[in-house]
Amino acid sequence: MTPINSKTPKGPLAEKWKNYKDHQKLVNPANKRRLDIIVVGTGLAGASAAASLAEMGFNVLNFCIQDSPRRAHSIAAQGGINAAKNYQNDGDSVYRLFYDTIKGGDYRAREANVYRLAEVSNSIIDQCVAQGVPFAREYGGLLDNRSFGGAQVSRTFYARGQTGQQLLLGAYSALSRQIGLGKVKLYKRHEMVDVVKVDGRARGIIARNLTSGRLERFAAHAVVVATGGYVNTFFLSTNAMGSNGSAAWQCYKKGAYFANPCYVQIHPTCIPVHGEFQSKLTLMSESLRNDGRIWVPARKEDAEAIRAGKLRPTQIKEENRDYYLERRYPAFGNLVPRDVASRAAKERCDAGFGVGNTGLAVYLDFSDAINRLGRNVVEQRYGNLFQMYEKIVDENPYKTPMMIFPALHYAMGGLWVDYELMTSVPGLFAIGEANFSDHGANRLGASALMQGLADGYFVLPYTIQNYLADQIQVPRFSSDLPEFVEAEKQIQDRIDRLMKVRGKRSVDSIHKELGHIMWEHIGMARNADGLKEAVRLLGELKKEFWSNVRIPGDSADLNIELEKALRLADFIEIGELMAHDSLNREESCGGHFREEYQTPEGEALRQDDRFSYVSCWEYQGDDKDPVMLKEELDYEFVVRQQRNYKN
Amino acid sequence: MDKNINITLKVWRQKGPKEKGAFETYKLNDVSQGSSFLEMLDVLNEQLIREGKEPVAFDHDCREGICGMCSLYINGHPHGPDSAVTTCQLHMRKFSDGATITVEPWRSAGFPVIRDLMVDRYAYDKIIQAGGFVSVNTGGVPDANAIPISKKDADLAMDAAACIGCGACAAACKNGSAMLFISAKVSQLALLPQGRTEASRRVKAMIAKMDELGFGNCTNTRSCEVECPKEVSISNIARLNREFIVAKLQD
Repeated sequence: MTPINSKTPKGPLAEKWKNYKDHQKLVNPANKRRLDIIVVGTGLAGASAAASLAEMGFNVLNFCIQDSPRRAHSIAAQGGINAAKNYQNDGDSVYRLFYDTIKGGDYRAREANVYRLAEVSNSIIDQCVAQGVPFAREYGGLLDNRSFGGAQVSRTFYARGQTGQQLLLGAYSALSRQIGLGKVKLYKRHEMVDVVKVDGRARGIIARNLTSGRLERFAAHAVVVATGGYVNTFFLSTNAMGSNGSAAWQCYKKGAYFANPCYVQIHPTCIPVHGEFQSKLTLMSESLRNDGRIWVPARKEDAEAIRAGKLRPTQIKEENRDYYLERRYPAFGNLVPRDVASRAAKERCDAGFGVGNTGLAVYLDFSDAINRLGRNVVEQRYGNLFQMYEKIVDENPYKTPMMIFPALHYAMGGLWVDYELMTSVPGLFAIGEANFSDHGANRLGASALMQGLADGYFVLPYTIQNYLADQIQVPRFSSDLPEFVEAEKQIQDRIDRLMKVRGKRSVDSIHKELGHIMWEHIGMARNADGLKEAVRLLGELKKEFWSNVRIPGDSADLNIELEKALRLADFIEIGELMAHDSLNREESCGGHFREEYQTPEGEALRQDDRFSYVSCWEYQGDDKDPVMLKEELDYEFVVRQQRNYKN
Repeated sequence: MDKNINITLKVWRQKGPKEKGAFETYKLNDVSQGSSFLEMLDVLNEQLIREGKEPVAFDHDCREGICGMCSLYINGHPHGPDSAVTTCQLHMRKFSDGATITVEPWRSAGFPVIRDLMVDRYAYDKIIQAGGFVSVNTGGVPDANAIPISKKDADLAMDAAACIGCGACAAACKNGSAMLFISAKVSQLALLPQGRTEASRRVKAMIAKMDELGFGNCTNTRSCEVECPKEVSISNIARLNREFIVAKLQD
């Protein structure tokens, strides 16, 4: 068994990244022109990496599944991006951002990676402002900040409720400039369906042209996967309809370790489910918890009356409301981290205090903020979110409290990468949400944008050179090599097999069933029996899918059902790996809550002596169970504690 | 209160860019008014698949009104009858029981149909590639607070930057003009000191690309502004024209 080597540089925490950069190998400008890099994905990580690599002189081939790189789902991030600027003079620092992120991740992330993330966070803000990103400003003309969960300082930069959009459009414009200059070749409506290895190194991909339906081969000196997370395994999530885990999954099947698949984030503030036809869940930004207060009725009879439609929330007197986050966590109140807030909502609803006609909702109330600040201030801060809520729910949140409930949102787990963001396959890199690296078992709000852009602008463009410096003598590959031909043939066989099933059920109907299994057994609270049951159910569902799915149309043509089916085949397998990982991790930490491991107050109970490691799963073939390898997490600089948001 | 309704859909079906298209009529019963327009189309597609037919192809992704991918022309309006929403945010409560709803793709010379309701909007990307950026490389930029920007300008820039590039403006315009789209980017960057440096180069390059790609010009009918899901104002077009004239005069 190969020991897992994270390649973390030696030395004091604050000097590791500097030392690395001082001593890494570089590629000179003339050689950069001779090297090709494939970047799959055009979200924050992919677009920023593609643009930065092209600016440096590499030739970049960039792929996206949408009709334009600007559509990647990073665009939907609302609240903001963290950075340790300390512009508010409230005691923030690189160390404090590092510490909050490590603690927020329940001590399951790699210290050196997180410190580097905090370190480069400030450069991201500088870069975005230089690109013309219109961050919110104070009257004095300087940048404004807001607070986010898991922090006691205001370090979140924002552009109304559209921060992800503005940051993505910044990266997209940098990328567009390089496309215009011919340094990036863009392949839109192309989906990566396999990674191709030659002599053990990643040397290209097979992509399906979604317009023509044909498979195409692309060769390069290195491959970067920036394809986001896999939480659409649950069918209902805040992710876009097209977001999928397939590119990462193909990397796993070609030998890249998949790390911590059980760590997924359930976001506490989403609009509750309203019906069977529902296709996705809409997030209400965490920033709302700055001014909104979360409560449920304190008396069960009130909750019952509300569910029956006999009572309105505004009729419940102050003393009969239970602001349960403020009650349980006085120090952080409504701004506890997401995993804590989600579980607390579930606890109240399970106990019978939930509201809405399903009983699966809690209130997020702005009446205090409106009284204190005035409606116009609240409107300025959250106007677009309130409008979005009203359009979906048909209720005015200025007058009636919003109803919210937790929903799947983000995958902390993903492809295992070392300090250089390289997977266990040489030449194959993973950045952004697609990798597992920086958030441990739980991600803090406003840190996804930070990590995506850190990886793409300021980390990968350095670390990939340490790999490519050895590759300057390697001539361009032909995509007619037998490895490419064989990979394409295998994909074609898989597609043919799917088309031949000609069963009775639509892809979506099976995907919804998968979602129910996941939510029921591998959701907010997990236990050994439920997880074993999930493994059994997933096995049955896999059989059902491969014997009863119906895909109309032709495979060598635009075929949306086929696109979805290929992704669903992988989602079912991702669900299985999540179940294995959840079973293995006999502790509760961050987004992974095992009911067997909790404190008497119902808080997550880690088992540091047994589980202070990254679970790295290695694929062994379709018929065999995967093997788990461990990357031990040595905490050299931070003392691990039970997370405390109470005082 | 939301209830269930029965509707008749007239949907544009077209196999490919070069093939002749036609409307097909479908009946759909018990549609929840709480569902979104796209969820209603999901139900239609589920029904078509059950009947062994090919589902209707349409573009969509985030389903929360920000990616700009959805692009349906509903009863003669881009993104349908509601105001300030994208198609994915349009809900069936905007339609009554027994309604006939006509669904078409964007109709604009700049956006050729790919299949059914899907169109090719790459022309918008090409316009951005021509100049819709600030020419800075990664790294080596000044501190973010080095240049104060008045809140008023920052807010105006943000108003313009809200554009999602969906193409409703050009689809709504009788001239097939892309000027609201271009003016949003030109305004955002012209209002900020970071974008000022190359403002004249940018506006000329983007307008030249727009003309080259066959988009029409603006005759101030304001239909773009009415249909824009992000309520981008045509005062941006006025700013675009000013920027363009000043840039040309400097030549």
